[in-house]
Amino acid sequence: MKSTFTGLAILTALLLSWGLYQALVIAPTEQTMGDVQRIFYYHVPSAWTAFILFFINLIASIVYLANRSSKADALALAAAEVGVVFCTVVLVTGPIWARPVWGIWWTWDLRLTLTLVLWLIYVSYLMLRRFSSGGQTALIAAVLAVFGALDVPLVYFSIWFFRTQHPQPVMGNGGSIDPRMLHALLINWAAFSCFAALVLWSRFRLEVLRRNLEQTQALEELLQPRSSR
Amino acid sequence: MNPYLYAAYIATWLIHIAYLGFLMRGYTRLRKELRE
Repeated sequence: MKSTFTGLAILTALLLSWGLYQALVIAPTEQTMGDVQRIFYYHVPSAWTAFILFFINLIASIVYLANRSSKADALALAAAEVGVVFCTVVLVTGPIWARPVWGIWWTWDLRLTLTLVLWLIYVSYLMLRRFSSGGQTALIAAVLAVFGALDVPLVYFSIWFFRTQHPQPVMGNGGSIDPRMLHALLINWAAFSCFAALVLWSRFRLEVLRRNLEQTQALEELLQPRSSR
Repeated sequence: MNPYLYAAYIATWLIHIAYLGFLMRGYTRLRKELRE
């Protein structure tokens, strides 16, 4: 297990370095926006990775609702947390890109607003998990996760079906992109996906270990003779 | 290169490093509890 983790960490470091090189050196400069368009190579892969993490959260939540598996619940929590980190990157890099291109940091455009709502849903999910102390917390969180995941396709398809300020998709639906740009985009997506897998793995392991420790402590408490309590 | 581009790339890694720090703190706390 440890060697797999180390292998994935090395692969991630290589992919991230290669991705950075592709984004800053190899990918051609976009004609209208200039160099600032290179934010695209971090912004878009971060968004796609966040969507995958929220999808993992959805699947793990459904598994938890079906069989009350503690590991599925731990995975759901870890995926939501790492997903929020990636979604934060999207919400920070987006306005930094918008300022020089649109002349504004933010606009209440459908895609942007839905992304902010998505972030708020998963932040509220994490706050529920952090501050609620009842025995039903995991169950309520799983239900919230199932409904929260409905926002993911809305965010993704909002630019397909509605006229928004956000650029149209670069792939599919009539979009086209220079092959070198596409190459840089896909390498960065692979790099961020591997990085997300590493972080998710670490967070999941931490959660499982923490739960095991809590269980052991509770058992010890129960097994202690009454006089020593 | 454009300053906005640098700002976006640096912000991305600051967010990830902050979260990795949070994870490391979690592991340190857990190790401490295991030792007690």
